[in-house]
This record gives sequence, structure tokens and C-alpha cells, in this order.
Amino acid sequence: MTELTDLYISEALELLEKKEISSEELTKAHLKEMEKARFLNAYITETPELALEQARLSDQRRSAGIQPKPLEGIPIANKDLYCTKGIRTTAASKILSNFIPPYESTVTQKLKDAGTIMLGKVNTDQFAMGGSTMTSYFGVTKNPWTDENGEYNLVPGGSSGGSAAAVSAGLCMGATGSDTGGSIRQPASFCGITGIKPTYGRCSRYGIVAFASSLDQAGPMARSVKDCALLLREIAGFDLHDSTVSDLPVPDYTKALTGDIRGKKIGIPKEYRPEGLNSEVARIWDQGIQFLKDAGAEVIDVSLPHTKYALPVYYIIACAEASSNLSRYDGVRYTTRVDGKTLDEMYENTRTDGFGAEVVRRILLGTFVLSAGFYDAYYIRAQRVRRLIYEDFQKVFKTVDALLVPAAPTPALSYEAMKNMSPVDTYLGDVFTTPSSLAGVPALSLPIGLSNNGLPIGLQVIGNHFDENTVFQIADVLEKQAGFEKRTHRVKG
Amino acid sequence: MSFNETTIQNISKLARLRLPEDQQQKFMTDIAGILDWVEQLKEVDIEHIEPLVSVSTRQKAERKDEVSVGNLQTELMECAPDSIQGFYVVPKMVE
Repeated sequence: MTELTDLYISEALELLEKKEISSEELTKAHLKEMEKARFLNAYITETPELALEQARLSDQRRSAGIQPKPLEGIPIANKDLYCTKGIRTTAASKILSNFIPPYESTVTQKLKDAGTIMLGKVNTDQFAMGGSTMTSYFGVTKNPWTDENGEYNLVPGGSSGGSAAAVSAGLCMGATGSDTGGSIRQPASFCGITGIKPTYGRCSRYGIVAFASSLDQAGPMARSVKDCALLLREIAGFDLHDSTVSDLPVPDYTKALTGDIRGKKIGIPKEYRPEGLNSEVARIWDQGIQFLKDAGAEVIDVSLPHTKYALPVYYIIACAEASSNLSRYDGVRYTTRVDGKTLDEMYENTRTDGFGAEVVRRILLGTFVLSAGFYDAYYIRAQRVRRLIYEDFQKVFKTVDALLVPAAPTPALSYEAMKNMSPVDTYLGDVFTTPSSLAGVPALSLPIGLSNNGLPIGLQVIGNHFDENTVFQIADVLEKQAGFEKRTHRVKG
Repeated sequence: MSFNETTIQNISKLARLRLPEDQQQKFMTDIAGILDWVEQLKEVDIEHIEPLVSVSTRQKAERKDEVSVGNLQTELMECAPDSIQGFYVVPKMVE
């Protein structure tokens, strides 16, 4: 039999239903794997006692013949950006290192209500700012995939790097991530798993530590398209605590997985193939295009002319919003505090001590672009170009059902390579993910093949606003065509 | 534009961040580099283009202005680094 930690959520649900396994067994298997893989540093906080208690309760509900909840007994992990009542929520920062929220985020509450078991809180870049988890105050997370020497030297991507590593290594069956400019899709690609950033407004942001409010979006990460569909169905939907959430009904996304995409029109935007595109990424992309053609889809060349401006627009808007959002961390109400003689000195001491370098850099940049004299030249200009990017997508979705593009410009990089990059060079890692973030459209990243060094490479399926169904439908076919082995990438030992 | 020492000192004061001398130069270089890179946005013709503030297309939902997550005063005050009798304590501001 397949190891319990190798199972997909969809398979585990069937086995639980048939009483061939119990949630307690499933949970224990994951806790054991978490212990073995602790060196990956995927988790910031493990909650084994809570998990076992929840698992036993779930098993009791099943034995009592109570109608099982949609994800009854499934062990998952939450990115440590989601407020969890009574459980430390750090945003991987020093300033929130002692924060125990007195309330629960909507998304994690929905997952609880769906019957899931929480194994713990997983690592992220500090305040979700970064693409490597290297900016975490709690240390880097290692990618469970190794380099050509078999060493654990690769970044898992970020910011949802802890989620991606945990899902990939079998330290949970699925996890929440969050995506502001690619933070679900890039780590999914680096770790060989699947993740979807839904339409902006599909999931509530209530109780998620805010980074850039016009871009932040919650989403699931798992080892199959179907598992992501199962998770998204539970976490999406209207919420009175977030005025940007849509009241559109949430469909059963698993019903979209028909296996038939004949006649679907898929756009291939030429701007995503710049000169110097990594040849292995290009090869995987061409493979993906061929898979779609083989499945009977119509592949069409399209253009999104403002694509090259997405990255600078993103960094201006995201940093501006971050500087505003992070002004709440002042040492008064719920953060750590470093005393000072005056109120201003206390603010300065607390914030200087509590934020890491990347967070400081973004707050400074954001403060600058919002400051008098520069506001129009930077912030307003960026918002105007954002509209052009948004309109590019609107236009293209008049002629195609979805787009297929790379998820990241390279396979997973080493820590050494990341350390030697300038800020602008690291920001370039988001080149394929920020345009859809700015437009607010849904985008799913799934692994398609391996690089010459044996590392996973993912592609993104991008859909129109609130058309996650088409995204899942196409991704499901690609997944089957690619035949990428996405059972757990378990650590050695 | 030149992002110089005066600029970074002003910005860090606004953001309530104190940059140690040895780091100030590094942040200044980093941010100046980022600003050079975003200069490319000047190529785009944005005349008559309205700024895009939000991508939510739906009417914003409104709820009644009522406390809906319960009265959490005690629990919230427990998160504070310093408080007395339901008040936040901060350094003395008025002599």
C-alpha cells in the first residue's frame, strides 16, 4: 500500500470513508514525518497535541455515523500569516514573534469547519516579503528536492516556501498559502507541487496579516489539481469581515475536472518569451503547449503588450501598501516593544528591532513613493499603468479561455545564488506572476517536467476573473498529460 | 532623481525606522537602484488613463456597524506589551 503520507487528499477521503484508515493514523503518520524532516525547517510552530485531539474527534464523528464534513479528518498546515486563535502567529517576524491572536482568520475557520486537522503553522518570508523564505526571522526553509550533489541546498521559493516544502515532503496533505505577487505559484513550481492564486475577492483576507491589500489573496497548495479544487471549494466565499470578497456562489470545482478540453482556446502570450528565457523553462513550456494541442485545445498566439511594466508597477504598489499596512506595528497594542524615552523613540526602537532588512527596504521604498512631491510621479503613475495591464487581460479573454505561461524564470535556486543577488535581481523572479496579480485574475501553477538537473519546473494556467473552473479543467488535463509523479518527495533517512 | 542621504534620512524618520550609519549607505544604494529600474514606466503613455485602485468589480458589501466578533477587550489587552486597567501604557508624552 502507498504510505499514508503519500496519499492525495481525494484518496485519503475515500479510505477514511471506507474506514480503512483513521484520521488518527493519518495524522500520526504526518507527525512522524514532520519529526524526521524537522531539518527542513518547514514549520515555525507544530501543534501535535491539538492535531491528535482534532483527529480523534473526527474519528468519533465518523464512528457515530455523523454526516462527514467535506474534508473530514484531513491533516493540513497553515501559513504562519493566518491568525489562529490561541496559537502563535508570527508572520515569520521578530515583531510578532510573541503574538497569540484572540481571533481566527476566516479561511482557517472555514478549514476547521470543513473537518480538517491542523498540524501547525508553516514558515514564510517575513511578512510574506520575499521569494525564498530566506527573510524569515525563524531561519530558512530547505527545499526537499536536492541539488546535483544530493545536498539540501536549494530554496523552496517564497513567500509560501514553508507550505510548499511541507506539502512536497509529505509533512501535510495540503496547506494554505497566500499570494501577493507570486507567493503561491513560484514556491509550488520550485517544490514540484500545485497551487492556485484565486481571483482577487474569491477568498476572504480577514485575519491574514496584511502585506499589500489590493493584491493579497489566499489560496491552497497541494499535490494535485483535484486536491487544490477540494480545498478552494472550502475556503472561498463571501465574508462580512472583508468588503472586497465577492458574493458570487462558490461552485464545486471538482465538477470542472471533466478531462475534456477539446475546442478550448488557449492563448500563448509572446511577451512571456523574452530574449534569454531559460532554455529548460522554454522546453517545458513548449511541452505544455504540445500537451494542450494533443488534448484537442486550440492554441493561439496572443499579446499582452504591457507585460514588461508589471514588475516595476508591482513593486511600487506593493511597497506603498506595505508601508501603510505595517505602520500598525508600533509596540503599543500587540507586538514586541523596545522601550524609549519618548513615544517616538519607543516607536523607532521597536520597529528598528522588529523588522528584518527586506521589510525595512520595502517600507522605505513605499514611504518614499507615497511622500509629498513623489506621490504622482511614482504611486499614481504605477496605478495608471496597472489599469493598462488589467485591460490587456480583459481584452485577451475576449478571444481565449485561458493562458499558458511559465510559473518562474528558473528551477529552484541555491541559497548561495540567492545571497549574491541585488534586490532588483531577486524581484525579477516574479516576472511571470506579477501581471496576473495586478489584474486580479486566477492563476494556477502545476509541475510539468524536470530540468536537466532533475528539478521540477511548473507552468501557470491563467483564467478570467472568477473563472477558476476553466483553470482547473485545463490544469487537470495538463497534469494527466504530463504524468508528473507528484507523490511525496520524502526526505532521506 | 537623486535619492541621497537627506532623502533616506527624511524617509526613515517618516517611517519611524532608525538606520544605523553602516546600513544607511546600503539601503540608499538599494533603493536608488530600484528607483532607476522603475524609471522605465516613464515610457508608457498614461495620458487619459485613470489610476486603478482596486480590481474588485463587485459592489462593496456593507454590514451594520455593530461589534460582530464579540467583546474581546480583555483578550486584546492581553496582547499588549504594557497596559493598566484596560488602557495601553506608553512613554510619558506631556511634562
